[in-house]
Amino acid sequence: MNNLLILLQDDLSTENWLTSPGVIGTIILIIIVVFLAIFILIKRLNNYVDLLDKNTEDLTETEFERKLINLSEEEVDDILELRQKGFKIKTEHGTAVIKEIPSNHSGFIKKIIDPKNPLFDEKSKTFDKIKVSPQLREIIVWYLTAAVFWLVFGTLVGQYLGMKFLWPEMDNASWLSFGRLRPVHTNTVFWGWASLAMVGLGHYVVAKTSNCEIFSYRRSKIAFWLMNASVVIGNIFLMAGINNGGGEYREYIWPVMALFAIGLIITFINFYKTVANRKLSEIYISNWFILASLIWTIVLSFIGYIPHYQDGLGETVIQGYYMHQGVGMWFMTFTLGLVYYFLPAALNKPIYSYSLGVLAFWTQMLFYTLIGTHHFVFSPLPWWLQTVAIVFSAGMFIPVFAGSTNFLMTMRGSWNNISKSYVLPFFLVGVVFYFVGSVQGSFQAFRFTNYLWHFTDFNVAHSHMTMYGIITFLLWACVYSLMPKITGIEPPQNLVGAHFWLAFIGLIAYMVSLMVGGTLKGLSWIEGNPFIESVILMKEYWVWRAVGGSLMFISHLIFAYNFYLMVRKQRPITLSRKQKREQQINTP
Amino acid sequence: MLNLHKNHRNLVLLAFIVFVVLSVGVAIIPAYQMQGYEPIPGQQDLTVQERRGLDIYIAEGCVGCHTQQVRNIEMDAQWGDRPALASDYYYSKKRLDIWRQSPSLLGSERTGPDLTNIGARQPADEWHLLHLYNPRLVVEASIMPQYTWMFHIKDTLQLNDKDITLPRSITEMTGSDVVVAGPDAIDLVAYLKSLQQFSFEDYDPPMDFIPALPKNATAGVGAAASKNPEGAGLFQNNCAACHQTNGRGVKGAFPPLAGSMIVNDKNPEQLIQIIMMGYDARPEYGAMPGLGNNLTDEEIKAITDHERSSWGNNAPEVPLETITRIRDSISNLPI
Repeated sequence: MNNLLILLQDDLSTENWLTSPGVIGTIILIIIVVFLAIFILIKRLNNYVDLLDKNTEDLTETEFERKLINLSEEEVDDILELRQKGFKIKTEHGTAVIKEIPSNHSGFIKKIIDPKNPLFDEKSKTFDKIKVSPQLREIIVWYLTAAVFWLVFGTLVGQYLGMKFLWPEMDNASWLSFGRLRPVHTNTVFWGWASLAMVGLGHYVVAKTSNCEIFSYRRSKIAFWLMNASVVIGNIFLMAGINNGGGEYREYIWPVMALFAIGLIITFINFYKTVANRKLSEIYISNWFILASLIWTIVLSFIGYIPHYQDGLGETVIQGYYMHQGVGMWFMTFTLGLVYYFLPAALNKPIYSYSLGVLAFWTQMLFYTLIGTHHFVFSPLPWWLQTVAIVFSAGMFIPVFAGSTNFLMTMRGSWNNISKSYVLPFFLVGVVFYFVGSVQGSFQAFRFTNYLWHFTDFNVAHSHMTMYGIITFLLWACVYSLMPKITGIEPPQNLVGAHFWLAFIGLIAYMVSLMVGGTLKGLSWIEGNPFIESVILMKEYWVWRAVGGSLMFISHLIFAYNFYLMVRKQRPITLSRKQKREQQINTP
Repeated sequence: MLNLHKNHRNLVLLAFIVFVVLSVGVAIIPAYQMQGYEPIPGQQDLTVQERRGLDIYIAEGCVGCHTQQVRNIEMDAQWGDRPALASDYYYSKKRLDIWRQSPSLLGSERTGPDLTNIGARQPADEWHLLHLYNPRLVVEASIMPQYTWMFHIKDTLQLNDKDITLPRSITEMTGSDVVVAGPDAIDLVAYLKSLQQFSFEDYDPPMDFIPALPKNATAGVGAAASKNPEGAGLFQNNCAACHQTNGRGVKGAFPPLAGSMIVNDKNPEQLIQIIMMGYDARPEYGAMPGLGNNLTDEEIKAITDHERSSWGNNAPEVPLETITRIRDSISNLPI
């Protein structure tokens, strides 16, 4: 151990902090993200320039064909109706009528050429509406609607908290004070948004890949109510000052968390029985991830809440374990399971390597489980436990490389689709962040980088990079690729684009400002400056964080609106028009 | 054999068992071991009032911004005399009640200062209460929330003996109103004051602070930036919470040092005595704790030199011998 200390002392000079491997690695990773943004932007611009060059008559045959095929029933109805009107007038008034045609959109050709919007390239539409049972559709819509609500609510709270760093005297109400609201934000986006969205999407993946119906929709609904009740009651308690002891992500007291855990157990049994009823002999890799993440999280919530070994620093050991597994075994594992289904489905081709997925699965379990204590490096926890955590944090490279390689190779050859699809950019950002965020997290666990960044706002940047950059972007990708297929309604593409860019730019602003500020804060501490200076120096970075946060929040409002458009009831006018047409056909 | 690709039962069972085994090894067993630590002989349990204060500390989410963890690295040396030990948490980290678990006091974010030793650093009730009522009254750049709901406003005429009031001038009270500290605020302050790192005389630290800079480099750093940088930093950490960075104090609570007779006195003895032994001679101001045990002679010299040459003050430097002499005479005082 003495040797280790001496080694550390050599490492821990701040004069050359910029050349420390962890710091260099992190800078490279951030460059990757910026490069990604430029890549997507150039792809888009390129397309736009092409669009300007092209004359309308350049519209290729294939494109014309595609558009014809992609016309929704409703649009065809519109065109037919317009034409019909035109015909009607013609028969009544003879040749003079052509001027009086009620609309100039009276033919297919006009309809095709007109919608060219100079601002953005029109994306290809999702092809067929997939037949799903009404119960499955209903349950997915239930879960996702609640998830979207919690996303907007949770990030509204987050936005408010971000502003409190700048204006600490915004309010005087006890239940709005920073210390009480902070866990409301984190728990809402965890258990409300991400968890409910995952379980909702999971219903589709499990049913689809097993080629059968969900075992019991009634149980799905019970789980739905339990989990939502947990978030509602838990948040009310938090605002009233009732929390479990301040440990991150287990601030809900046990009776409240028990509701959530029962919801998980019901969901697990439901999914498990569905997989057991599958019509295929193989278990698709997505179901590995989904079933395992459910069983792991159930174990985790028990270990996190059983009191017998949690006095003194026992609680701290469990806290490190719990908060890391909550992220790694629940959100990350489940979301990866979703991506193994939705990404190949969106690209309409199989996953690049099935065995790489299996490798990622087992290494995820092996390495992720052991690294919780890296949240308490240099604490009074046993040195061996810290070392294990750091070593296996580096080991996390394996599942992360396996996963991101698999996804990127699946996307390879389909890069041009990025400018043609509104779903793929979300996948691409999510996958790149999966790589960048996870590797950065491993770097952060190294002793020097921990020395520099621990306790600073850098942690907050990291958690948003992962929970937002990875999980939330991937969940959005899945929602946008699933919903139009099962409801038959697509959101307006300019709004999806606005959602994407606001969220992405907002996240980069959020992340970079806190990373830079956090680093300066750490350096200020190392130099031994008075503490208050580190508060003062953060001010401008907190401003940029609030700006980034605002962009993210606005993007969530747009997402909520898009989601509403996708799930709202079909307008009755469509039905009546259809009926009209049928009547006209039927009457001679 | 296990046929994981086709047998869902084996797949789930294997994932379950391996995860449980790993969890037991990496979390439950170490947790049991850490729970086995005993308190340091002489270490005090929390009083009933301090426990109530701890409850409020947890309910208000103070742990979100304040750590209680002195790490074994140099930058944490300002938060305590030694790195934290598992035993330090023996009394404070116990299950709160049937609903709530052992509090997560170590924290993961240091938006505000570490509080391991806040009771020693800042033992004055007046300061803590003012700071809770509105942190910006005493620390201008603070972004801490104000806990005004723990206080109430009362008419001066209706005060009784037990009421603890805040100075009227700086809390901007009008008429005969005055701010009175509620029970939550008083309990919370009692808890904060109980946060003092337990030190024992013949204590042999198992692990010293790991320095950030090579020792010889420390002397040169920042020397060019300010005339007396060490003094300014020490003043900021030890004195500025009350007397403020600009030396003007807080009207009605903490006296100004800028232009102070005692600070500017040619003979620095009274100043040094006050720093070492504390001061409570003037009823209109809060009591000052003695810092003699926390500061070395060199540090006191740096602080006094800083005070005597800043904010318009202009008095000669204090010779180190004077400080040593006063310290000796104090320790010779009959107790």
